Amino acid sequence: MTDVTLRDGMHAVRHQFSLDDARAIASALDNTGVALIEATHGDGLGGSSIQYGFAKEDEEAYLRAVCEAAPHTKVAALLLPGIGTVEHLKRAVACGIRAVRVATHSTEADISEQHIREARSLGLDVVGFLMLSHMTETPVLVEEAKKMASYGAHCVYIVDSAGAMLMDEVTEKVSALRDALPSEVQVGFHAHNNLGCSVANTLAAIRAGAVRIDASLAGLGAGAGNTPLEVFIAACEKSGIETGVNLYAAMDAAEDVLGPRISRPVRTDRASLTLGYAGVYSSFLLHAERAAQRFGVDARDILVELGKRKVVGGQEDMIVDVAVELAAHK
Amino acid sequence: MSKLTAAIVGSGNIGTDLMVKLLRSDWLEPRWMIGIDPESDGLRRARDAGLETSAEGLKAVLDAGVRPDVVFDATSAKAHVRHAKLLREAGIQAIDLTPAARGPYVIAAVNLAEHLDSPNVNMVTCGGQATVPIVYAVSRVIGVEYAEIVATISSRSAGPGTRQNIDEFTETTGKALEVIGQARKGKAIIILNPANPPILMRDTIYCVIDDPAPDVFDRVRESIESMVRHVQTYVPGYRLNREPILDGRVVSVSIEVEGLGDYLPVYAGNLDIMTAAAVKFGEEYAKHRLSVVKG
Repeated sequence: MTDVTLRDGMHAVRHQFSLDDARAIASALDNTGVALIEATHGDGLGGSSIQYGFAKEDEEAYLRAVCEAAPHTKVAALLLPGIGTVEHLKRAVACGIRAVRVATHSTEADISEQHIREARSLGLDVVGFLMLSHMTETPVLVEEAKKMASYGAHCVYIVDSAGAMLMDEVTEKVSALRDALPSEVQVGFHAHNNLGCSVANTLAAIRAGAVRIDASLAGLGAGAGNTPLEVFIAACEKSGIETGVNLYAAMDAAEDVLGPRISRPVRTDRASLTLGYAGVYSSFLLHAERAAQRFGVDARDILVELGKRKVVGGQEDMIVDVAVELAAHK
Repeated sequence: MSKLTAAIVGSGNIGTDLMVKLLRSDWLEPRWMIGIDPESDGLRRARDAGLETSAEGLKAVLDAGVRPDVVFDATSAKAHVRHAKLLREAGIQAIDLTPAARGPYVIAAVNLAEHLDSPNVNMVTCGGQATVPIVYAVSRVIGVEYAEIVATISSRSAGPGTRQNIDEFTETTGKALEVIGQARKGKAIIILNPANPPILMRDTIYCVIDDPAPDVFDRVRESIESMVRHVQTYVPGYRLNREPILDGRVVSVSIEVEGLGDYLPVYAGNLDIMTAAAVKFGEEYAKHRLSVVKG
C-alpha cells in the first residue's frame, strides 16, 4: 500500500500543509503499516509555481520533515518530467527519500527515460506512473508501460487521474499490463473517486494483477479524492486481501490526525463529479472553481470544454483561457 | 552576392525545417545535411533538394575535410557538447539549436546582434524563443521579480532529441528568462499534448512585477503588443490568445505560435520559432562577416 495523502492530498489543501501537518500525518501513517508514503507538492518536485500554486513550505524542508517523522516507512517523491528535473531528484534523495514515482501522460513515457535511469543509479525504488490512462487505448498503454519497464522501473502504474474509469476498463488495462510486462516488474493502480468508484476500481485492479495500490487518508486528494485508505483496508479485510495495514490505525489517522487539519473534506460534488464525467485531470478542480468565480462562468462548463479539447495534466493555464472565452461568449 | 555556406547537423524535425528555411535565404547557402540515420526522412529530403548528405555524423565529415562557414546543430544537448569542441577546433561558427548552452544565449527578438563575434551561440529552446521576448517586454517597463513560463507543444512535434533533453529544456529556458528576459528569477515548465489533430504551440507567461499600478500595466500591455508585432516580422503566426491579465502583481500572457508548415504542418510552431530565430542569427552573422571581409 502506498499512501498519497501528503502528495495528492496537497491538491485538496492548495499545497498548504505546514511542516507540523506533514510531521503529524507522516507519523500517524508510520503507525499504520503502509509500505510507502508519497510526499511532495501535488504536482511533484518543482511543482511550486504560479501555474500550480505555491506550496506553503520549502520542498526540501517538507521532505525532511516527512522522512524524519516516518522512520519505519519508505518515503517517495513524485516527479513529472517537464516540471521536475534530475537535479530536484538528487536534492530529494539528500533529504532522505528512498523511492520516486516518475509520472508522464500515458502516451509520453519516453520523456521519463533520463529520470528513471538516474533514479535507478541512485539506488531508488522506481515507479513509472502513466497518467490519464483512461484517454489511451490499451495497446498503446502496453507499449508505453514497456518503455518505462525497459528504462528500469520496478513497477508501472495505471493512473486514473480523471477518476473516469469504471471496473471493466480497470480490469482490461491492468490485465493487459500484467500480461505484457516481465514478471519481475510489478503493476500498480491509482484511483480517483470522481465517479464514486475508487474502492471498487481498486479491488478490480487487484483481481487483475495489480500489487501496488494507492490510497489516502479519508481519500484526501485532487478532485473527489483518491481511494480512502481506511475504507479500502476494511473492504480488503472483508474480501480476504492481505494489505499489511492496521485498520484501526488507518481510521484513527484519518479522523484524529488528518480531520482537524483540513478545512473542507473531499467529496463528490457537482464540479468534482464533472471531472470524472468529462474525463478531466482531477487537479484542475480548485483552479476551475476559482476561474469560474472570477470570470462569472460555471465551473462545469469550463471542465467539459477542457475535456473536449483533450487537455492533459499540467495544462492548468488553459483553465483561465477557457474561462475568458466562455465569459466572452455569454 | 556571395553567400556563406552552411551545414545542418541533425536530420530530425528541427534540422529539416531549418533546411527548408535556409533554402530561401539570401545570405546563407545550405550545402550539407549531416545525420546518423541513412534512412531518415530529413536526409532523403536534403538529397532531393540537392544538398550533399552524410549519415556518418559530424566528425567523419570534418575529418573528410569539409569546411562550412557556419554549422547549425540540431541534434541533442549531449551530442552538441562533442560537436562544440570539434567545431571550435576547426574554427567554424556554431549555431546551437540544442539546449546544451555552450555559448551565450541569443533570443532573436531581443539580442540578435549582441554575440556576432562569439564562435558558438546558443538559440536556447523553442519555448525560450517564444517566451523570453515577452518577459523582456515586461522588464523593459518595470522590474520583474519572478517569471514563469509554461510551454505546451504537440507530442508529434517533439522528436527524440527534445524528449531526451527535457531537463535541459526547462533549465536552459528558465536561465534565459533571467539572463535575457531580465527577470530576477525564472522558471520553465514544458508539457507535451498528444491530442489529434495536434494543437498549436501554446505558451503562458507569468511575470510578477514590482509595481502593478494601472498606468504601469498600461505601459506593460503596450510594450507586449509592440514585441508581438516585432516577433511577427520573422514568425508571422506568433500571436496573443487573449489580452494580458493582471491579477495582483502577476501579469499573465497567453500566446500561440502557428508555423509556416515548411516541414511539419502548421501546428508545429515550436519548430518554426526556433528555426526562424536560428536563420535570423545566421543571416545577421553572414551580413556582419561579409561586410567585415569587404570592408
